Amino acid sequence: MITIDDILETNQMITEFNLDVRTITLGISLRDCAHPNIKQFCDNVYEKITTSAEFLVQTGEEIEAEFGIPIINKRISVTPIAIAADACKTDSFVPVAETLDRAAKTVGVNFIGGFSALVEKGFTHGDRVLIESIPQALASTDLVCSSVNLASTKAGINMDAVREMGEIIKRTAELTRDKQALGCAKLVIFANAPGDNPFMAGAFHGVAEADKVINVGVSGPGVVRHALENLKSADFSEVAETIKKTAFKITRVGQLVAREASKRLGIPFGIIDLSLAPTPAVGDSVARILEEMGLESCGAPGTTAALALLNDAVKKGGLMATSHVGGLSGAFIPVSEDEGMIDAVRKNSLSIEKLEAMTCVCSVGLDMIAVAGDTSAATISGIIADESAIGVVNNKTTAVRIIPVPGKNIGDEVEFGGLLGRCPIMKVRSDWSSEAFIARGGRIPAPVRSLTN
Amino acid sequence: MKLVVTVVGKDRVGIIALVTKILADNEVNILSINQNILDGFFNMILLAESDESKIPLVELQKILREQGESIGVEIKTQHQDIFTAMHQI
Repeated sequence: MITIDDILETNQMITEFNLDVRTITLGISLRDCAHPNIKQFCDNVYEKITTSAEFLVQTGEEIEAEFGIPIINKRISVTPIAIAADACKTDSFVPVAETLDRAAKTVGVNFIGGFSALVEKGFTHGDRVLIESIPQALASTDLVCSSVNLASTKAGINMDAVREMGEIIKRTAELTRDKQALGCAKLVIFANAPGDNPFMAGAFHGVAEADKVINVGVSGPGVVRHALENLKSADFSEVAETIKKTAFKITRVGQLVAREASKRLGIPFGIIDLSLAPTPAVGDSVARILEEMGLESCGAPGTTAALALLNDAVKKGGLMATSHVGGLSGAFIPVSEDEGMIDAVRKNSLSIEKLEAMTCVCSVGLDMIAVAGDTSAATISGIIADESAIGVVNNKTTAVRIIPVPGKNIGDEVEFGGLLGRCPIMKVRSDWSSEAFIARGGRIPAPVRSLTN
Repeated sequence: MKLVVTVVGKDRVGIIALVTKILADNEVNILSINQNILDGFFNMILLAESDESKIPLVELQKILREQGESIGVEIKTQHQDIFTAMHQI
């Protein structure tokens, strides 16, 4: 029997502490759409997406209304287009991106992810065409998200791809300069990318997945922070216990939503992504949780330890609350999307280099970081290489979503709008060049998995 | 289906009458009511069961919400499963 206190607690989490389900993401395989003629391929893709996702948004809204829990996004992820469209005889996949955009608008989802390539060990023709198409694809579409996985623990780091992606990011920024380089906010460079991630911009439908699958991403930094507010003098054992219990409750809601969505759409349930996903709204920040633990500002010494505890406790609490866990599962630290992170950058407390250290203990990586427009492609590639190395050596997912905003410099601030938030331009601490390092190309070999010091 | 109806707002005559009449008119059976007044504010949590009801939940939510607004109280109607999912293993 539920008690009055249970009811009040749940509704308080929703109304006062921003508890929500961040996303229901429908994964759709496009492998059966392959065709040498790109027009026919695009027709197949449009047909498959619009029929598979016809009721996704409506179902999400019904669940939202019946249970009284906000579901912020309804999204679609598809098979990496470099694989699905590999058979097409073409030198540009921009029409495919435009088809994805059109299909996403038809069914009314917020984003569609999967304009992607998996190139950690090497390139196919399709991979090359896709990467080359990214800047134009992101400039000419609204809802399409792109990602490139260029490193893995088993394959090492594809340094040719690292070099190319530095240049692709610069070109994407240039082509979307009238929107503060917004294209780069929809482009993620991964190491060890999971194939069942429901979160954008890095979602794609992995090649080992079923034809269709429902994945759900939970949220709730505000709820965790509130739980810690009552523990001012508690030690870390108690802090960890409290986060675990809160994460359990948050995840149970995600599991309920996933089960209902799966049942009503007749599509199998895949995973729950146990992530604390912040928004720019006050009270929905991961940085503020770290500060609640006793740090004067996010970025102060102790931040990495605080984040490690948070990330671990969220997983421990969430694991028991759901039947299948996957995706990225951890705390996100996207700078522009987190009110506390933005504040910490403005106060000069948080640097790119500290964020890099933080990515060693959480999901995902250097996320939503704006840098000066004149940052060189080689410097961006250097940052990608560093972040990939952290992921590869530590056997975890890492990512880079960096935005070199044309015409902006240290001291400026950029506004992306909506959930993407706003961000002060951050400084890359070293002014020295990575040019010759990045120019080498080739592959950094896979790391040894024992003797782990 | 079991429902949880929460009603919050400034106290006045007829709040319970309004809510229970809407539920009765739509064949929704009340299982328990917990109600009090705190500092002039009316709080009620009502558990009900809608197996005999013909009205879709979304419609019932709308009627309760709009009728509640007309007398200055906020009425929220939710499927009970969100609470059991969160608080029971």
